[in-house]
Amino acid sequence: MSGHSTFEPKHPALKWFESRLPLVGLIHSSFVAYPTPRNLNYWWTFGGILSLMLVCQILSGVVLVMHYTPHITLAFDSVEHIMRDVSYGWLIRYIHSNGASMFFIAVYIHMFRGLYYGSYKAPREVLWILGCIIYLLMMATAFMGYVLPWGQMSFWGATVITNLFSAFPVVGPTIVEWLWGGFSVDNATLNRFFSLHYLLPFMIAGVVVLHVWALHVVGQNNPTGVEPKSAKDTVPFTPYATIKDAFGMVCFLIFFAWFLFYIPNYLGHADNYIPANPLVTPAHIVPEWYYLPFYAMLRAVPDKLGGVLTMFGAIIVLFFVPWLDTSKVRSGVYRPLFKQFFWIWIAVCIGLGWLGSKPAEGGYVIAGRILTIYYFAHFLIILPLLGLFEKPKAVPASITEAVLGKNKGAAPASAGVSAPQTKG
Amino acid sequence: MSTTMSFRSTLLRPLAVAALAFGLAAPALAAEGAPKPPREEWSFAGPFGTFDQAQLQRGFQVFKEVCASCHAAHLFSFRNLAQPGGPSFSEAQAKAVAESYQVQDGPNDAGDMFDRPGRLSDRWPSPFPNEQAARASNGGAYPPDFSTLAKARTYEVGFPGFLIDIFTQYQEQGPDYIHALLVGYEEPPEGFTLPEGAHYNKYFPGHAIKMPQPISDGQVTYSDGSPETLDQYSRDVTAFMMWMAEPHLEARKRIGFQVMIFLIIFAGLLYFTKKKVWKDVAH
Repeated sequence: MSGHSTFEPKHPALKWFESRLPLVGLIHSSFVAYPTPRNLNYWWTFGGILSLMLVCQILSGVVLVMHYTPHITLAFDSVEHIMRDVSYGWLIRYIHSNGASMFFIAVYIHMFRGLYYGSYKAPREVLWILGCIIYLLMMATAFMGYVLPWGQMSFWGATVITNLFSAFPVVGPTIVEWLWGGFSVDNATLNRFFSLHYLLPFMIAGVVVLHVWALHVVGQNNPTGVEPKSAKDTVPFTPYATIKDAFGMVCFLIFFAWFLFYIPNYLGHADNYIPANPLVTPAHIVPEWYYLPFYAMLRAVPDKLGGVLTMFGAIIVLFFVPWLDTSKVRSGVYRPLFKQFFWIWIAVCIGLGWLGSKPAEGGYVIAGRILTIYYFAHFLIILPLLGLFEKPKAVPASITEAVLGKNKGAAPASAGVSAPQTKG
Repeated sequence: MSTTMSFRSTLLRPLAVAALAFGLAAPALAAEGAPKPPREEWSFAGPFGTFDQAQLQRGFQVFKEVCASCHAAHLFSFRNLAQPGGPSFSEAQAKAVAESYQVQDGPNDAGDMFDRPGRLSDRWPSPFPNEQAARASNGGAYPPDFSTLAKARTYEVGFPGFLIDIFTQYQEQGPDYIHALLVGYEEPPEGFTLPEGAHYNKYFPGHAIKMPQPISDGQVTYSDGSPETLDQYSRDVTAFMMWMAEPHLEARKRIGFQVMIFLIIFAGLLYFTKKKVWKDVAH
């Protein structure tokens, strides 16, 4: 997707096809010849890992649907039927339920990496915003997916979250009834959530195509934040990035397999093994771990509408990061102050996540309020001001210079051997 | 050398970050005012855990003779008794168990429902026709279905235990709680007012449980010489409940080990391939 393809088909049949639809050339220029900065670290493998997780979720999901029944009287038992009677059904179901968490772990690392290395800055604003849209779609998809087994936490989670929309004045109650398809979370809700849970992943896949397209137009950022200046700064995607991504993916799969095979219910809630019962409310209604920071913000605000707006605002603010960060230096590596604030912000996010799992009372609420304010202050006050007052360190002239400088002394053998790579 | 170093640090850091992030998911089913159940030794715990077949058979006996008179297990079929990874009854034994129950079938050609001896394919017959009937016979409380119960109960582990559990793979909070509950009946302490028809249990949230102490020493006669004590009954039936809730646990751990070996070797091969590919490119 970047520039013209250098792919020259040799076989006559391929020549014939290529002159009619240059598909192989597109793949070649996107995933073979595509110039990728030579200094990418393993944090950059998470893009590939996320693609792998999307495929994994769609494939396992399609098989689950073959055995699942979207009806309030049958959904719970049909999931248990998968767990007990379907050949390797337990495996497919645990892949899907743990895969959702793995998807979020990978997306959070991917986003944190983007925030640290300034990957959202010009000319990558659209790339960043597309990523934020994918994240939003993932949240919606995962939320609806969690409702499908129709356990206690499915039902009560759906009730709490859909009820949030009732906070909006005038239209609130109408929106909620529209979401429910009735006057409470019931069979109509389960059916529409099932339908949308099947639809949204394909919308995610569509936006992922745009995300990759945008990436291939502007090129990858890299740890120095300096754009490639010569062919020496890049290596062809294949074999360099391919093999590195493959290694990253398999390491991630080991991590995934640890949860999948040994602690498959660790990331879930015991309550969801109790069939949904509208008459019995669980002691604590807690969302899945990946929503907990937002859940903490929701409950930090004493006003319901204010809480809902704060929660959505926490995601909306991400869309504006490219313009909130005023620094001319892209990578956090050369920004000593930013670096510290970045790690404080990460700690705040984890702190909010922990508070989200606690009951909304006493000191937890006060801590939640402080951290919520800090979360927003990071984007709305600290990022704009840092750019104005921070004294960045000297940025290297090029990627190659940064790489050779780093390796000086440490690996003398490789110093100077910078195998010039021809760009695509 | 620098490659190895950066390899190590880049791999460990995400693990640490992720470990922190997960922990946030620790189930928060708080047992208000109830002490934390002690952790027990379970044969099915850990990466190589398997069910003790003799224990499952004894647990089944306790379930059948004691628990099943009030608790249903509607996802459990007679055929499960003979499936691999379970109590390993022979098919003939499972059939004999099934036939000892009368199961309603029908309608027949005349349009009538009729009773017939159970078959392997039948589900375990529920003791009550519906929840209302179960409540009416049990002082208003519904004896929970056993099918998934061992996975539906837990207790809050707290920090930092919930993070350590990721590494030790400890997932047996449900069985811990059930065992603690079964042996946790006591006289209420001074000043505790027990509601009408409730019983005091040390580990039940709120302490007032409707279920009277279900089992006591010597109630079930074992044929394999195992001690006929409350503690033993409780462990046996808890293991049986865990198997009922997760019948493919053994296959899961066995396949998991194979997958792990494969992935680790594969990762090693990829690592050295990657090293070779990048050999002449400083990065």
